[in-house]
Amino acid sequence: MDSFLEDYEEAPSVVVEGKKRRRRRRSPATQAALQPPLHLPFLPPQSASSNEYKLNFKKSKEACLNYIQDALVQKQWKRAAEFLTCYVESLEKDYSREHIGPSEMIWRIGTEILWHHSQSRMKEFSCFMEQMKTLGVKRYLKVCLEHVFHLLCNGQIDEAYQNLSLAESWRFGEQTAIQDKEIKLIQAYRGLLDYCSWSKQKKFLLEHGEDGFADLAVEQEMHGYFRKAAVNLKEIIKIPGVWDVFVKCYVDLLEFYGDHNEAHQVLNEYAYNSKFPANPNAHVYLYHFLKRQGESKKSLISALKILHDIVPSHELMIDFNTMLQKSKKRKKRQLGLEVIFAALDYAGWKENAKAWSCLARQVKQIVISEKHLDWIKQEWNSRKDWWPDFHFSRYLAKRNWQENKSLSYEKALVAGILLGKDCKYFKYVSHQGCKAQLKRFRMLKKIVTRHNPVSLRICGLPDSSV
Amino acid sequence: MDEEDTRDFNERCAQCSEVNWGLTDGGRFYCRSCHNVTERTREVVNTDFITNSRVQTISKGLKKQEKNDGGCEWYICEGFQLVLKKQVEALEALGVCPQMKDEILCNFWRCYLQKSKQAYCKRPAGETVKALSVCGSSTDVDSDPERPSLLHLLSLSESEGDLQTDCSFTSSVSKVSESTSVYSGSVDGSLYLMKNQKENLRMTMPMTLSFCYLALLWVREPITLSELLRFVIEGHIPYMNVFQHFPEKMKLCGLDLKIFCVESWPVYEEVFNKMHELAAFLDLPRFPDITESCFLHPDMLCMKYLMEANLPDELHNWTCRVVKKIGIGEVDFLTLMPGNKSTRKVKYDVLAAAVIIVVLKLLFLLDDHYEWLLSEFAEERNRNNTEGGRYFEFKKWYEVVKRSLDVKQKKLDEEKAKYLWRCEKPLFYSVKNKSKVLKRRQMVVNLQNQFGKLSGSVQRAEKPNPSSFQLSWSEENTDGSCFHGHSLKGILQEKCGLLRAMNPDYWLCTVKLCNEKLCGHLAHYKEVEFPQSYHFVLGLFSFLLRIQPSYIHDEVCMIEHRLFNKKLCKKLKYNTVLRKLKRPKTSSIKPM
Repeated sequence: MDSFLEDYEEAPSVVVEGKKRRRRRRSPATQAALQPPLHLPFLPPQSASSNEYKLNFKKSKEACLNYIQDALVQKQWKRAAEFLTCYVESLEKDYSREHIGPSEMIWRIGTEILWHHSQSRMKEFSCFMEQMKTLGVKRYLKVCLEHVFHLLCNGQIDEAYQNLSLAESWRFGEQTAIQDKEIKLIQAYRGLLDYCSWSKQKKFLLEHGEDGFADLAVEQEMHGYFRKAAVNLKEIIKIPGVWDVFVKCYVDLLEFYGDHNEAHQVLNEYAYNSKFPANPNAHVYLYHFLKRQGESKKSLISALKILHDIVPSHELMIDFNTMLQKSKKRKKRQLGLEVIFAALDYAGWKENAKAWSCLARQVKQIVISEKHLDWIKQEWNSRKDWWPDFHFSRYLAKRNWQENKSLSYEKALVAGILLGKDCKYFKYVSHQGCKAQLKRFRMLKKIVTRHNPVSLRICGLPDSSV
Repeated sequence: MDEEDTRDFNERCAQCSEVNWGLTDGGRFYCRSCHNVTERTREVVNTDFITNSRVQTISKGLKKQEKNDGGCEWYICEGFQLVLKKQVEALEALGVCPQMKDEILCNFWRCYLQKSKQAYCKRPAGETVKALSVCGSSTDVDSDPERPSLLHLLSLSESEGDLQTDCSFTSSVSKVSESTSVYSGSVDGSLYLMKNQKENLRMTMPMTLSFCYLALLWVREPITLSELLRFVIEGHIPYMNVFQHFPEKMKLCGLDLKIFCVESWPVYEEVFNKMHELAAFLDLPRFPDITESCFLHPDMLCMKYLMEANLPDELHNWTCRVVKKIGIGEVDFLTLMPGNKSTRKVKYDVLAAAVIIVVLKLLFLLDDHYEWLLSEFAEERNRNNTEGGRYFEFKKWYEVVKRSLDVKQKKLDEEKAKYLWRCEKPLFYSVKNKSKVLKRRQMVVNLQNQFGKLSGSVQRAEKPNPSSFQLSWSEENTDGSCFHGHSLKGILQEKCGLLRAMNPDYWLCTVKLCNEKLCGHLAHYKEVEFPQSYHFVLGLFSFLLRIQPSYIHDEVCMIEHRLFNKKLCKKLKYNTVLRKLKRPKTSSIKPM
C-alpha cells in the first residue's frame, strides 16, 4: 500500500525519473509475490501547459457563461443579452455526436433576461418559450409550466389555460410517462384556473342573485367549473407535498357545496399525514376550518399546539395564548405562559403591544394570586441573561415611550415584576408616566412596589437581602 | 407539380412522423398531415454547374445523390489547397509581395504533395491509380468550360504546363470503395486519418499556417508568427470555418469535419514546430539571410516592441549592445537552416521581447525595489528640472501602461468569450442528422436575433483594420502618456568614456537551464517566485505576442545564460556543494 501511494504521487512528474525510483525501491521478492501488480494511472498529456492557454470552443463558451452570470447578478440585462447572443452557439456544439447541450442554461437565463429586460414583450417571450419547448423534450412540461406562470403574471389567463390544456395532451413516447409528476402539476394548475372561473361565477351570482337575475345557465356553468376543478385538485393533494394553494381552493369548493366531512378529512390528511413535509400552513388551515365549523376548544387547541411546536413565533400564538389563559386546567394555563414567552423571544414580536399585554395580564394574575410563581421562574430562568438587553434596555424604554405608550406600559409592568422596581426600563417608563400624570402609570408603580419581594423571589434572591 | 417536387424528400416529419410532404410558395416543405413547415427548402443544386438553366430539385438523380449528395469527388489535399489559396490571397490583400503566392507557396505545396507521394510522382507499384480528373464522374457538370480543375485554383504560371497531365494521385480508389464503413464526403477522408503520420507529414489545419509562415519567412516579409496568428484570430486570414469558401459541390461530412473544422485558436508553439518539421520534410535549402536590415532581425523588432511598450527610444542602444554581445544578431544564428538539429530554432518575436526584458533587468533590476528607488530619483529630478527632456520614471510608465493594458486585456477576454465559432454554412456528420443540424442552426439564428435586439450593442461590429501595433502611444498627446522621448540619464553613469548602468547587480531567473529536448522548456516560470515588476513586464509582452509568459521567460533565461556564461561557470563550480543541499531559485550576479 505504501509503495502504491508513493508511486501515485510521483506519477504526474516526469516519467523517466519515476522509473528510476521504482527500480531502486523494489520490494523483496516474497513481498512482491503477495501483492497484485501495480496499475499506474494515466499521465496528463505532455503539452498540458500549452493546452491550458489554447482557446477552444468549450473554454470560450464557459467564459461567456461566466460573463452572463456576472451580468445577471448585477441586473445588467442588456449586457447579459449581449453575451447570451454569443452563448446560444453552444447548442450547436459538436458537428457530429449526440448533442448534450447547455439548452437548459439557455432556457433559464433567457427567461430571466426576457422577464426583466425593459424592451422585451410578452409576444417575444412566448416565441422564446415555444422554441425552448422544441429544444428539450426532457423538460417539455417544465418549460410549459414556466410559460404558464409568466402568462399568469402578465394577466393572460385565457392563454395560460390554453397552454395548460395543450401541455396536458402532449404525448411523446416514454417521455410522457417520465414526466408524470409534471403532468399532475399541469392538471392541478388547470384545476386552479377552473376554480378561479368558478369563483368569478359565484361572485356574479351572489351579486345578482338577489336581484332576481340569477341565470340557470350561469349556475350550470359554475357547477361545471366546480367539477373540473375538484377532480384535478383532488388528485394533486393526494401526492405528498406542499400544496397550500390547491388545498385552500379545494376546501373552499367543498365547503361551498356543504361537503364538510370531506373538507375536514382533506385538511386532517394534509396536516397530519407523516408522508407530507412539515408545513405550518397545514395546521393554520385546519385551525381556521375548525373555527369556522365552531368545533370544540379542545380540537382548536390541539391544532395550534402543533403549530406552536413548528413555528413558535406564528401570529396565531396570541389566539392560542388567549384560549389557554381562559382554560380551567392548570396545565393549559402554564402552557399559555410558555407560548407567550416563546413568541416574545422573536424580534418580530418585540413591539407587539397585544402580545405584551397578554404576557402582562398573565404575569400580573400570577403575581397577585401568588400561585404558580414557579411557572414564571421556570420561564424566566433561561431568559434572564438576555431579555434585559433584548427588551428592557433604557434605549428601548425611551423609544417605546415615544412611539407607543400602551406598549411601554405593558412592558414596564412585565419588567417591573420580573426585574424589580430598580430596573432601567420600569424606572424610566414609570417616571415618565408619573410626570405626564397618567393614572394608569401610577397604578403600575403601586403594583410593582407592592409585589417587589415576589420579583426578587423570581430572580432567585432570598427576601432577607433587601 | 408538387407531387414531383416532393417525391424524393422522404424524411419523416419531426412532429407527426408522417411522410406526406407538400411545397409552400416559398419553396419549403410542409407536412400535409400536421401542417408543420420545415426549414428544409427544395434544394437548388449547383446552379453554376447545370447546363440547362432550369432550377433542379433534389428529386433529380436520386441514385447519384445517395452516393455523394450532389457533390463531386474530391480529395483531402484539394481541400487544403483551397485553404492555402484563400489564406495566401488574404495575405496578398494585407500587402505581402505578390510573388509569394505563385512562386513560393505554390512550389512549397507541390513539393509537399510530391514528398508525401500524393501527386507529381510515379505511381507506387501495386496500387490502383486514379488520375486527377476531379469532377470527371459527375456527368452534366463537365460541359462547363469555365470550370477550373481544383488543383488549378491555385493559379499557375503558364510555363508550368498542364498540371492535370503530369500529376497523379496515389490514393487508391479500390481502398476507398463505396462500402467503406467510415464515412466521409471526400474520397480519401477516412484513409487520410489512418495514414502513418511519421512517415508522411500529414496535413492539418494548423499546418496551413505553418505553410504560410514558411513562405513569409522565405520572402522575409515584415510579419512575425505572433502577428500572423493574431491576424488569423481577428479574422483577416481565413482559418476558422474556412470550409465555407469551398465550392458548393465539395461536400464535407463525416471524417472531413475532423480534418477541416477547427475548434480552437491556433497555438504559437504548434504552428512553429510544424513549420520546422515541414521545412525539414521538404528538404528546403538554407533560407535567405536575415541581416540587420531585415524586419525579423532582433534590432529591428526590438525597436518595434520598444515603441509598442511605450519605453524610451534610448533603450534601443542597450538592446543592440546585448544582441551584439551574445551574437544573436548574427546571420547564421538567425537564418533558418532546415533540418539542422544542432542550432536552436529562433522565435524572432519572442527573442526580441526577451532582449528588452533583459535590458530592463540590467538597468532597473526589476526586483520590486531598485526600480522604484530609481523612479523616485527621476521624479525628483523632473520636479527640479521643468525644462528640457524628461527623465524616465518607471513608476509613471508602469501606471500608464498598466491602465492601458488592463483595458485592452479586459476587451480581449470579452472578445474571447464573445467569439462566434459557427458560420452560416452548417455542417453535419452524416446525412442522417442533417435535418437536426439545420433545425438547430435555425434555432440558434433565431435566438441570436432575438437576444441581439435586446443587447443594445450593434451586432457584429465591423472588423477592425489589421494593424501590427496593438498599443499605440503618440508624442503628440500632451497628457505625458508617451515615454519614447524620455531620457535614461538619471540611471546611467559615465566611466572611462562609456555609459554604464548605475545598477551594479543582477539576478538570474534561473541558475541552471533545463534540457529543452527532454523537458520541453528551458526554464520553469511560476509567478509567485518572481518579483511583481518582472511579472508585469512579462505579462505586457505576453499580451503583445499573445503567447504564454513562460515562453518569454524561457527566452529570457536563454539570453541571460549566454550573457553571463563565463561568470556563471565560475560561480557554478563554487556553488556546487551548496546547490546539492538546496537549490536556490535565483542567484545574484554582477553584470558585465
